[in-house]
Amino acid sequence: MGTPARSRTLLMTNAVEFLSVSRLFGTVRAVDGVDLSIKAGSFFAMLGPSGSGKTTCLRLISGFERPTGGTIRIFGQDVGRVPPNLRNVNTVFQDYALFPHMNVRDNVAYGLMVKGVDRRTRHAKAEEMLALVKLDSYGDRKPAQLSGGQRQRVALARALVNEPQVLLLDEPLGALDLKLREAMQDELKALQQRLGITFVFVTHDQSEALSMADTVAVFNNGKIAQIGSPADVYARPRTRFVADFVGSSNVLDPAMTRALGGPEVTASLRPEALRLVPAAGATLCGTVTGLRYLGPSVRVTVQMPFGVLGVMVPAGSPCPEPGSSVCIDLAPDALHVMEDE
Amino acid sequence: MLSDRASWGLKAAAIGGLLFLHLPILLIFLYAFTTDERTYQFPPPGLTTQWFAVAWNRADIWPPLYLSLKVAVISTAMALVLGTLCAAAMARASFFGRDQISLLIILPIALPGIITGMSLRSAFAIMEIPFSTWTIVLGHATFCIVIVYNNAVARFRRLSGSIIEASLDLGANGFQTFRHVLLPNLGSAMLAGGMLAFALSFDEVIVTTFTAGQQSTLPIWMLNELVRPRQRPVTNVVAIAVFVTTFVPILIAFYLTRGGSETAGGGK
Repeated sequence: MGTPARSRTLLMTNAVEFLSVSRLFGTVRAVDGVDLSIKAGSFFAMLGPSGSGKTTCLRLISGFERPTGGTIRIFGQDVGRVPPNLRNVNTVFQDYALFPHMNVRDNVAYGLMVKGVDRRTRHAKAEEMLALVKLDSYGDRKPAQLSGGQRQRVALARALVNEPQVLLLDEPLGALDLKLREAMQDELKALQQRLGITFVFVTHDQSEALSMADTVAVFNNGKIAQIGSPADVYARPRTRFVADFVGSSNVLDPAMTRALGGPEVTASLRPEALRLVPAAGATLCGTVTGLRYLGPSVRVTVQMPFGVLGVMVPAGSPCPEPGSSVCIDLAPDALHVMEDE
Repeated sequence: MLSDRASWGLKAAAIGGLLFLHLPILLIFLYAFTTDERTYQFPPPGLTTQWFAVAWNRADIWPPLYLSLKVAVISTAMALVLGTLCAAAMARASFFGRDQISLLIILPIALPGIITGMSLRSAFAIMEIPFSTWTIVLGHATFCIVIVYNNAVARFRRLSGSIIEASLDLGANGFQTFRHVLLPNLGSAMLAGGMLAFALSFDEVIVTTFTAGQQSTLPIWMLNELVRPRQRPVTNVVAIAVFVTTFVPILIAFYLTRGGSETAGGGK
């Protein structure tokens, strides 16, 4: 039981709280006892492969799914029985879901229209939102006349016009090409910082999650495998799944960790933490079996006596030929111990 | 070698087929103006418009006309509500036996009218339901629902599933979502379905003969009239009326669903 002062602090700090929330579809546990809290004003990413429960979590916040068990609070209010249209939460849908029969202005003004705001006010507000997403002068067009990136912006403006407490984004950049996706990442981040609204977004793209979010929750099998800052999740994966999914770590079994000078436990090792060194004085040597050119760096696959390691060599530094012998060196703190699953 | 131009013979055959189908319709119109009232001789001995006046003054035409209109309006209204609801359920939900139920819904239109008629008649007999306007309406509703359903389900499939969720997400209640999102996107499909259903109901004969009892709708009145020797052109005048009443809605329906490939309402 919290004192009034304490619950006020909770109201101020947590936009969304999940208390052991579950959602079952038949016997499938799409969301399985998830606990999480999303700080107000933060940019929160739900990262995971398809079927990991991240989208269901988003739909639990928007209200399109009801939890089978547990409690969901939005700014302290238990929303278990609140339907989607009465939640002060708006969604940018994956396929944008723009109303095809309305022009862009009416699409954006829709949320205000159903609240009974008069035409002049809501159109002015819609234009303001369109300016925010740099689509002024597009108000009279139909969604079918817009490009994918423009539709995405309209969907964003339409969700923001209601001034939601939380903005939900379901794979918002999935349908855009790479160049546009990178530009939108920067824009979304800037927009979130300017508006101060809590953004919760779902993605299966780890680089997107790491580059945009303040906090990342990695989902696996309906559970949160790890939750933390991008740097934390990237550098210190808690489990083998996180190490595999986020980035491209070397996952070491206990014997391999031992061979690299660590304790006999499962560990992860980032390929960029390894260096290729001259053979003189080195103890860890192997054979190059493959090279993958990645632009800013080259990923070198090395067959060691105890297993295979990936090593990241920055572009420009000397790169070994496949089949040649190389030796490696690593900083003593590069080995990150993980929990066994 | 394949040519993309049709051969002379194929063109002639196609034109011949079209003439064979449509010239008799013109004959029906022509006989409405003939001066000969007992036989349909060709060419007509003379032309007159007197039969329109005669038809207008014949008291036995009006009750069947009213009945036909009433039945068509009521069964179309029923079909619009039930067919659209049905389409919504089939397009949105997925449940066990969905495909089988979908087949059952379409079945009345595939079933010969005589089977539908016989089965309805025996059902009415078993349940001791006396023949009335409503028994005719029930018979017509079986196929009218399918027409509306087919139109609506195609439109539902084209609509993005999440626009309804988007509307709710933006704060609209169920009624607002129906009025501002669903209806504008479904409207033309429903209108087209309704027009076709009305036209089908208005000139239906087979099912009606089994479910009407002693009442006669306009097409049944025409059928009976054909065997009488007097004032034959009156039947043709009525035929023109039936033609116009059914053809105009079908034409409208055709134009409403013509732009079917583009996004619903996208080009409005």
